Amino acid sequence: MTYRNDPYDPKQAALLDQSALDDAVAAADKAFSGAGDLDALAALKHQHLGDRAPVSLARREIGSLPPAAKADAGKRVNLARVAIQGAYDARLAVLTAEREERVLVEEAVDVTLPTGRRPVGAQHPLTKIMDRVGDLFVSMGYEVAEGPEVEWEWYNFDALNMHPAHPARSMMDTFFVAAGGAGAPARDEDSRVVLRTHTSPVQARTMTTRKPPIYIVCPGRVYRTDELDATHTPVFHQVEGLVVDKGITMGHLKGTLDNFVKGMFGPQAKTRLRPSYFPFVEPGAEIDLWFPQHRDGPRWVEWGGCGMVNPRVLRACGIDPEEYSGFAFGMGIERALMFRNEAADMRDMVEGDVRYARAFGWEA
Amino acid sequence: MRVSLSWLREHVDLPAGLDADGLEKALVKVGLEVEELIDAGATVSGPLVVGRVESIEELQGLKKPIRYCLVDVGGAQPQGIVCGARNFAEGDLVVVALPGAVLPGDFAISARKTYGRVSNGMICSGQELGVSDDHDGIIVLPCGPDNPETAKPGDEARPLVGLDDVVVEVNVTPDRGYCFSVRGIARELSHSLGGAYRDPVAAVVPLEGDGAPAYPIEVLDSVACDRFTAVAVRGVDPAAPSPQWIRQRLATAGVRSISLPVDITNYVMIEMGQPMHAWDLERLTGPLVVRRAQAGEKLTTLDGVARALDPEDIIIADDTGVVSLAAVMGGSTTEVSPATVDVLFEAAHWDPRSVARTIRRHKLPSEAGKRYERGVDPQITAVACARAAALLAEYGGGTVSTGVTDVSSVVPPAPITMSVARPSELAGVEYSQERVLEILAMIGTQVVADGDLLTVTPPSWRHDLNDPADLAEEVLRLDGYDRIPSVLPIAPPGRGLTATQRRRRTVGRALADAGYVETLCYPFVGTHTLDALRIPAGDPRRDTVLLRNPLSDEEPALRTTLLPPLLATLRRNLGRGLRDLALFEIGLVFLPNGPLGVAPAAGADGPPSAEELAAVDELLPRQPWHVAAVIAGDAEPAGWWGGGRPADWADAVEAARSVAAAAGVELTVRAAAQAPWHPGRCAALLVGDTVVGHAGELHPAVCADLDLPRRTVAMELDLDALPIPGVSIAPRLSSFPTALIDVALVVDAATPAGEVEAALAEGAGPLLESVRLFDVYSGAQLGEGRKSLAYKLTFRAPDRTLTGEEALAARDAAVAAAASRLGAVLRGA
Repeated sequence: MTYRNDPYDPKQAALLDQSALDDAVAAADKAFSGAGDLDALAALKHQHLGDRAPVSLARREIGSLPPAAKADAGKRVNLARVAIQGAYDARLAVLTAEREERVLVEEAVDVTLPTGRRPVGAQHPLTKIMDRVGDLFVSMGYEVAEGPEVEWEWYNFDALNMHPAHPARSMMDTFFVAAGGAGAPARDEDSRVVLRTHTSPVQARTMTTRKPPIYIVCPGRVYRTDELDATHTPVFHQVEGLVVDKGITMGHLKGTLDNFVKGMFGPQAKTRLRPSYFPFVEPGAEIDLWFPQHRDGPRWVEWGGCGMVNPRVLRACGIDPEEYSGFAFGMGIERALMFRNEAADMRDMVEGDVRYARAFGWEA
Repeated sequence: MRVSLSWLREHVDLPAGLDADGLEKALVKVGLEVEELIDAGATVSGPLVVGRVESIEELQGLKKPIRYCLVDVGGAQPQGIVCGARNFAEGDLVVVALPGAVLPGDFAISARKTYGRVSNGMICSGQELGVSDDHDGIIVLPCGPDNPETAKPGDEARPLVGLDDVVVEVNVTPDRGYCFSVRGIARELSHSLGGAYRDPVAAVVPLEGDGAPAYPIEVLDSVACDRFTAVAVRGVDPAAPSPQWIRQRLATAGVRSISLPVDITNYVMIEMGQPMHAWDLERLTGPLVVRRAQAGEKLTTLDGVARALDPEDIIIADDTGVVSLAAVMGGSTTEVSPATVDVLFEAAHWDPRSVARTIRRHKLPSEAGKRYERGVDPQITAVACARAAALLAEYGGGTVSTGVTDVSSVVPPAPITMSVARPSELAGVEYSQERVLEILAMIGTQVVADGDLLTVTPPSWRHDLNDPADLAEEVLRLDGYDRIPSVLPIAPPGRGLTATQRRRRTVGRALADAGYVETLCYPFVGTHTLDALRIPAGDPRRDTVLLRNPLSDEEPALRTTLLPPLLATLRRNLGRGLRDLALFEIGLVFLPNGPLGVAPAAGADGPPSAEELAAVDELLPRQPWHVAAVIAGDAEPAGWWGGGRPADWADAVEAARSVAAAAGVELTVRAAAQAPWHPGRCAALLVGDTVVGHAGELHPAVCADLDLPRRTVAMELDLDALPIPGVSIAPRLSSFPTALIDVALVVDAATPAGEVEAALAEGAGPLLESVRLFDVYSGAQLGEGRKSLAYKLTFRAPDRTLTGEEALAARDAAVAAAASRLGAVLRGA
């Protein structure tokens, strides 16, 4: 190696020796590799890249070199510095990743801890079933009709071909509303007002106040003077349907029931009609329902009554039976909950124990 | 109506192998619901044979008389059997259960030692075999040379005592009165299965009589009674027993055997459907008069009850006064007795509606009344009398009177005109004219066809056939409902649920989602419940709808608020060990429009008049939908994350706000004092200026009285009072930055925070995006009776970044409004 004969301090210039630079790189490499964590690395950074680090001091010496040597020395010092910085960055990346890893491990929780931070509410299963019935019929173009629970006897009985002495009338154990009432001396006189014994008065109201075509379904609460036990409740729920239009046949009734039970109980469900008697229909029938998911295996179960609207009922409500015909059907919601959801005891449906409604979830 | 298959077979040809299951299917097919089916053959298992009593040895020295009998049961040796009954003699044929037999009640027969003898079986009574209630003695079978069907010892005994039979209980619908008889059920079975039918009525020759009455009878009210027939049988042996076959058939039907004449009336009633009455002729004084009761008249009926009669009751009187409540129950003074020798049989036809009302008025359901109110054939009274008289003459001796009383004003059934296509139009099935005529003939109608038009005269027993629809039903029913196709009608396009229906559903879901569990409580309340809620006298919620026949006299009224039943349900849950409960209910309350008057009695022939409908609307109580919610215990549960948060008044208000949000309306709140709430922790809930409900903490005394946890909270809203919101308007969202400014205002402690917030909002103007109260503080440094409310005000402009000056100006305006309206002072200012 030849230099121009410029005066310089050989002691200082020794820092620029290639071997010295190589030593500095090697020393930094070794030190950084040995750093166990980010704090140790930070301390070493100063030592090997700080102002007093060998490469930093060597850079300062470049100025004292003869001009001809400066470029070469500068290049060599820079290479050394880049190498040290590289070693540092590599180690920093490794240690940072290690620390992030460790934090995630430290932050791990037991995800099986219970999370019930909000109280759990629920709608009553009878409500859910009634909503579902309503939805099914609304999807068929029906309207959901409603009426009062304290009802005029005429709508509840007379309009439905149940005159005051009709045996069917006494079979529906009726709650009668007292004339007078609180504030007035209670009289024993018949007020001709009752708690509706079925949702049929809603049909009578609709027919009396509207013109056909009528396609309605009436879910609601009804009352009979039964004592509460496992299979009876004095306050229960029904859904009834009524269609009055031109050319309505019993085949239409059958088709509607079949479609309804398929919606409620799946595509295999079907119905069967058995002759029976209800004063407001002629002919009348009991509805048997067949569905495969019954807990005791696929079978027929009784579910309500139906028939062609008695022409007397149409006439009483101001509809000409020569022009229009119709069908009606009705069934118990509690009963549906019993055979559909395997409910064993009606008392559970009325007592309001929160465990009951919660168990059904959102769809019942 | 209970009847045995063997009795039915006498009147209809049925397939030989028809079993219980087949019988049920056949009945159901034509609309007779089967309540119960008893296969009597299955009730006794093991050997049950005929035995002849060879010898009787009276055992001595016992506390009660006991016999040791040797009985020939068909084997090589007679069997020794110990028996406690005494109604049999040597040579009698009896029914013997041999060891190995099992009688009803799991009573197993075995050879055993008793009273010092070995008894190899049991001689049975009707009760022990379950064929009758008769336990007066053992069954003695008919025998002797005049009885060609005499059994031999060792024969199977079941057929002889009715144990090979099937007993069916049929549930007869109210329109089918004629099916309360063997006559009617056999006819329907013949329709169902096609076998030949033999009408028991046709088998009897009606009594013609010699023109003289059997007894003088005067019918004063031919609406009440359009047929009255009577025949006398004189010189009857009062001790003559009813024959075994009558007793057995009555037992099967569930009718107790009383005496020969009474048993005969019941037998004829079940056979033909004609209720009858047996009078003791000697106990009658003067002619029988049929009329309505007069006010003040009384009758002691057979059940020993003295009854005050109603002027609508139909009665029969003799010279002594009222002797019978016609069609329902006889009087005690004229009934046949064990001493009666001269019997007068009565068969009449009574007005169904009067009978129905009498039954209910006197709470006197009876087998006769049940048939009359559902309709009895008015043309068989003479046949029934002939049948009864013949039976009594045969089994009780006596002579049938030559005279017969028969008073009749029966109106024959009116013919019905029906198009032959009517059944097809109703069913959606094509029935041929031949098929329609065949079915109409089968049920006993007379048909005259004129082209497509049929003139149909119903038979006398089918009072339910009045309209073409009734006839069409018969065609559909007997041709089979299973032939009707399934066709879905196409409804006109619907409008979906109404806004109020959608709202009720949304509200229910919102409350369930907020942690409340829905209940469907009974709406019955009593004065004590309203007292417990401390609802004061004069409060409209005390004005209730009252029931005449409540389930419980404690709760005779209907709820005017949802809270009493809901709180009772809360308590029931607590009683079951459940804690931290949140419940809700959506239901009707019943609010009278003043004292309830009497609603109009409109006819059933046409729609009520507009005036009648208006009067009913006026009269019926208002029945709005309410929603209520209650919470007891923690509103937010405790857990590993820390303690729970106990429910407080604010949770009740929040529940109401959830409802309002679901309903799309905004509630405002102001302080109120309303029972059953804590007077200092009760919020009135308003929409606009209308109070629509209340929320807050319950009065501590209410919690104590109702045994509820302290600080139970509740809310109730009148859902129907909430306006239906219009369409929601989409907001314009500004993406410019906000300016946030906190202000703390010191006000009088009594100043409602709601009013401060309203003043701030109004004063701040349109730049205010939101105002949020984040701290409430009161302390010594504020001075007595003062509080500090700290608000975070968020300002934002729709079109620009707000300058600091703009935001501060808006804040100053807000504070100024609070200051001028409520005397608020900026804290630290």
